[in-house]
Amino acid sequence: MTSQNPFDEMTLADGSIREAYQTFADWFAAEDPTRLRAKAREAEDVFRLTGITFNVYGDPDASERLIPFDIVPRIIAAREWAKLSKGIEQRVRALNAFLHDIHHRQEIVRAGRLPVEMIARNDAFLNQMIGVSPPGDIYTHIVGIDLVRTGPDQFYVLEDNARTPSGVSYMLENRETMLHMFPELFQQNKVQRVSRYPQTLHSSLAACAPLACDGDPVVAVLTPGIHNSAYYEHSFLADQMGVELVEGHDLRVVDGRVAMRTTQGYKAIDVLYRRVDDDFLDPLNFRPDSQLGVPGIFDVYRAGGITIANAPGTGVADDKAIYSYMPDIVEFYTGEKPLLENVPTWRCSEPDALAHVLDNLSELVVKEVHGSGGYGMLIGPAASKKELRAFRKKLEARPSNYIAQPTLALSTAPIFTKKGLSPRHLDLRPFVLVSPEGIEITPGGLTRVALKKGSLVVNSSQGGGTKDTWVLEE
Amino acid sequence: MLGKTAGGLLWMFRYLERAENLARLVETGQRIALTRADRSDSEWTSVLHTAATYDAFMAHHDEITGDAVVDWLLRASDNPASVLNCVEAARMNARTVRTALTREVWEAVNECWMTLRDALARKVTTRDLPRVLGQIRQRSAFVRGTLHGTMLRNDIYDFARLGTFLERADATARLLDVKYFVLLPSAAGVGSRLDNAQWEVLLRAVSGEGMFRMVHGRKQGPAEIARFLILDGRMPRSLKFCYTKIGNNLGHLHRDYGIRLPCHDLSDEICMKLDQATIEDIFDTGLHQFLQTFIGQNVALAAQIERDYRFTE
Repeated sequence: MTSQNPFDEMTLADGSIREAYQTFADWFAAEDPTRLRAKAREAEDVFRLTGITFNVYGDPDASERLIPFDIVPRIIAAREWAKLSKGIEQRVRALNAFLHDIHHRQEIVRAGRLPVEMIARNDAFLNQMIGVSPPGDIYTHIVGIDLVRTGPDQFYVLEDNARTPSGVSYMLENRETMLHMFPELFQQNKVQRVSRYPQTLHSSLAACAPLACDGDPVVAVLTPGIHNSAYYEHSFLADQMGVELVEGHDLRVVDGRVAMRTTQGYKAIDVLYRRVDDDFLDPLNFRPDSQLGVPGIFDVYRAGGITIANAPGTGVADDKAIYSYMPDIVEFYTGEKPLLENVPTWRCSEPDALAHVLDNLSELVVKEVHGSGGYGMLIGPAASKKELRAFRKKLEARPSNYIAQPTLALSTAPIFTKKGLSPRHLDLRPFVLVSPEGIEITPGGLTRVALKKGSLVVNSSQGGGTKDTWVLEE
Repeated sequence: MLGKTAGGLLWMFRYLERAENLARLVETGQRIALTRADRSDSEWTSVLHTAATYDAFMAHHDEITGDAVVDWLLRASDNPASVLNCVEAARMNARTVRTALTREVWEAVNECWMTLRDALARKVTTRDLPRVLGQIRQRSAFVRGTLHGTMLRNDIYDFARLGTFLERADATARLLDVKYFVLLPSAAGVGSRLDNAQWEVLLRAVSGEGMFRMVHGRKQGPAEIARFLILDGRMPRSLKFCYTKIGNNLGHLHRDYGIRLPCHDLSDEICMKLDQATIEDIFDTGLHQFLQTFIGQNVALAAQIERDYRFTE
């Protein structure tokens, strides 16, 4: 289903080991597989005990599941990372400039670089955000840029997560687990550390405090609650930052501020890192039936009484139709050529593109413009004739709901299996923090790996696993 | 601290204490059933009363048998106060207050839940019962140990401890109240040594036989037992001990926050009563009457703490 020989990040076609993996390969060759198998089980026990789980909706028997963890690190060389991180920084700057512009003068539309319906017909666009300028003009404070690789120097951005990227807790726990299990590996390899992320997140959020803040900014994390699929991550981040983890019913608007109910009365919050979707944030301004939000929080926000991170409406940028314009967007706002490439994308809303997609359906990947988590997508080469027929109908009925991309020969890296090392496809989500003080990118990110041989789907909701991701020191 | 977090901490430790007390109660019931000649199941009836679940049990069963009671108390899913449900509730609360707990405490309660969920996955046989009951007590003790060893002594700790002692005071008082008649002075004629099965139940259910012997030696009678479980400030499951702790923890919160609240007055009132009472006074006013009043005040204090510290809106 993929090209015959995808690029492997550890082993070249001639069997030689790529430089970044050399030390690891020597270590692995000297290890007893039985010991490694025991270690792999031990890792699972650690995750279970720590409670690093995600919830699966509608499945009471398996309501808390582990995401499979693979003990083989994914290793990125320093110079590869230096190049990537420049591209990521550029892209994130452009995303924030774009989000500011579309809520103000919409210069990009006036300049004819983006059709107005891309914004006007975007479900994630919030009219309520028009004219709103958050502190520092930062809309997306925490960003995840999903990358895939197809060759030694060939990286593509697969999608932008400007709304609420998740998974950073796995990045951190994966590293902790590896340090615990294989300390010797970290003596042999100089790996750039990731552990400062929570502190950086805290100071980055605090730096975005609103005008109403007097004194040390109070930061809190807003979670939909214990049953949310990412609850572990919400509590983990609050814990690591040393801030309160709040739910909607802990909060109310008091004297023009959003305040949390403490054992000593109501206390104002300056910056809310929210993990609740826009729709549910404020029943007075958005969905009236929401139990998860805070009535009136959006009015406080507009008046500068609280900073909400990420800003409402940032989901506009996650839209896959917008994605297809990202090279233009980057160029428009930075005046530079994009350093990171987009995957070539056909917008099915355009008749020529649709015709091409319909003619080549069995070779393409087709995605819903608002979809996420790998749902509602067609992988042409892996689909049956029946699936292709069914998808064709959907596509013809609502072409503007879809984009299509070529099936990339995603790179592979080895995972540890019963039979030793075996290559699997993977992607990478680096995490980016944006504040008036600058842009911080944690070296590496979360590597998601398809555990099934040949599979291209890395999503944890569909059987994907994760790996510790190393960026080596120079 | 969030009001919700204070509530979650208090309930996490209430549920753990409850699970542990239930295990002790089952252990006692089982011991009586195995060692007493008459082999009647009447002891299980009083166990059900002590656990305040007699009516619920009878709604689900036609007769009282040891097997059925043990299963009901340990793992019945339709008994909200079974050990399994208590441990699940404790862990659920721990998850909501995860940010207030150290990693050690969280892992201890998570492991407690994982271990007991497996141990109680199916009916516990008579042969396995001692081992499983031991596990329940050990897991609970382990959580307590991590709390003592790793938590900052601040408001978080105070709310956790309040949960433990409100629950323990309630359990000891209920245990006594179900058996109060065996402690009346008129019962002393039955036998002045500790061979009265009912007295043994009372002491074993609070792991108190050894401590009691240490304090009272051979001079053992109903008045000594009542005094030991109500007024002896050295006995960690006595009402007096529990209220000394409750008074201390509420006192810390008072000083910490700099605010005196209605719950402080109520707690002081109960503490003073336990300070001043003699066992003779208690028998004079009526043991049953005394315990009923105590249980009611304990419930009222828990509700007052919940209001004063804004557990809910």
